[in-house]
Amino acid sequence: MTAPFHPASAPDYVPAPHLRDLQLRKLQEVVNRAWNRVQLFRQRMDERGLTPGNIQTLADITTLPFTVKTDLRDTYPFGLFASPMQEVVRLHASSGTTGKPIVVAYTQQDLEVWTSVMVRSFAACGVNHGDVVQNAYGYGLFTGGLGAHYGAEEMGATVIPISGGNSDRQIMVMRDFGVTVICSTPSYFLHLIERAAQLDVDIRELPLRVGLFGAEPWTQSMRQRIEKLTAIQAFDLYGLSEIIGPGVAIECPEKDGLHIFEDHFYPEIIDPETGQPLPDGQEGELVLTTLSKMAMPMIRYRTRDITSLIPGQCACGRTIRRMSRIGRRSDDMLIIRGVNVFPSQVEAALLEAEGTLPHYQIILTRMHGLDQMEVQVEVTPQVFSDKIGALEELNEKLNDALERVLGIRVRVTLVEPHTIQRSEGKAKRVIDRRSQ
Amino acid sequence: MKIQQLSVFVENKPGHIIAPCRLMAEAGIDLRALSLADTQRFGILRMIVSDWQRASQVLQRAGFIVKSNEVLAIEVPDRPGGLTEILELFEGTEINIEYMYAFPFGRGGKAVLIFRFDQPDAAIERLQSAGINVLESGDLTR
Repeated sequence: MTAPFHPASAPDYVPAPHLRDLQLRKLQEVVNRAWNRVQLFRQRMDERGLTPGNIQTLADITTLPFTVKTDLRDTYPFGLFASPMQEVVRLHASSGTTGKPIVVAYTQQDLEVWTSVMVRSFAACGVNHGDVVQNAYGYGLFTGGLGAHYGAEEMGATVIPISGGNSDRQIMVMRDFGVTVICSTPSYFLHLIERAAQLDVDIRELPLRVGLFGAEPWTQSMRQRIEKLTAIQAFDLYGLSEIIGPGVAIECPEKDGLHIFEDHFYPEIIDPETGQPLPDGQEGELVLTTLSKMAMPMIRYRTRDITSLIPGQCACGRTIRRMSRIGRRSDDMLIIRGVNVFPSQVEAALLEAEGTLPHYQIILTRMHGLDQMEVQVEVTPQVFSDKIGALEELNEKLNDALERVLGIRVRVTLVEPHTIQRSEGKAKRVIDRRSQ
Repeated sequence: MKIQQLSVFVENKPGHIIAPCRLMAEAGIDLRALSLADTQRFGILRMIVSDWQRASQVLQRAGFIVKSNEVLAIEVPDRPGGLTEILELFEGTEINIEYMYAFPFGRGGKAVLIFRFDQPDAAIERLQSAGINVLESGDLTR
């Protein structure tokens, strides 16, 4: 199946030599900008005896220092900004490794780039003006909602900014408004499918034909399930706030990897252990450099997502390179209903609520297509009481502390001591049963 | 006057109540009174036993979380209105009953109830000045 060509997709087809030329010029510009304006980056360049002048070829990118997620935390909130606040027109935030969020900034030009890559994403999935887009990504600090919103609007589609949640209303809107395109996390859409069946709504009978799903890793079997149950085309949309938000890469109708909009985001694959670059085709950690970002350039940002660059050109004819779908991450970050969660955050919250760190375990399951997170906490003599009310209060206090730190509601269960299995004295912190 | 009660944390799952009881049986400790407070997910097993210090030790060694508290065992006339008369003593006072449960064995036409007060000393004073018998732990072990 080939979607009709959309003019916004033209940059997807730039001949490779021209694309490399463009990337080199833009890389030199962004390195220059970061070096002049971001203290941390300059300091790291100095330590390596590098100046922007050392970037002569694209391959020279491998000499540059990495940027990691903790750099954003350590410089919280605005330490990596390369634009004065007068030029920053938007801030977004996502959860970091501890309680503090990671803040990202956009100039007007950054927003235009973001919108353009989202337009190209929609176009690659065959969406066009005339389509009715139900945008069920969360609106707010999370980049998903507004990112998809402006892209769909720019291409002339009708946008329904419904945001996440309230499934019955989602289904009513999908049916009554003639929705043809849905944007959401794949797990939430699976939940909507189940709920629709309970409400006697057959999605296959509706005009819905395309879904752009992202903000969490999902599997080929989830895609098959979605496409079988709803007769829509389900596409994988990739992005992360640190780089821009959704719209870093998208599948085309070939569904053979995600095209990276590499005129804006330069990809590398490295060995997550050694940091050494890996050849195309080999699996490793995705590293991205923002070639166009003004407010917050990211040089060699380690995404922690494990993938590979697919050699050769796609049958769709696009020249921009593809990466395989993200299956896992190289750190312990969990993505729950699209929200980033680190076990260290859970630890910080429990410590705060109880004063000492109890034994705990995170159990992830998927119920009705929705991620569920349970935190089992062993009761300690310090917190135990003969009064039910006191224990319920403790339970509630732990719930609140976790919600405050994680930004999502989780279920806390108090368990008997020694019920969490230990191996070599250490408990296995995370049990992920979502793929079962 | 005050009696030591042991509380044990148990999950609300099939089979979880038997382990502490079995430990008591194996240690030859007599369960004098027992109450299980439960929520949907966990419970608190409260016990009055013949030898609370040893019982506490045995339970803790087996890995249970145990807490001891002072409760009052009060004789209540075993007839309609018997309990109400006791409760009326605390009506309008600052003394709060956190929870209560019945002792299984009556004594000479009187029932025995276990009370957990937030202010046990003030409660004792009030009970005694009304002529109510507050039992010693020896009274319960017969």
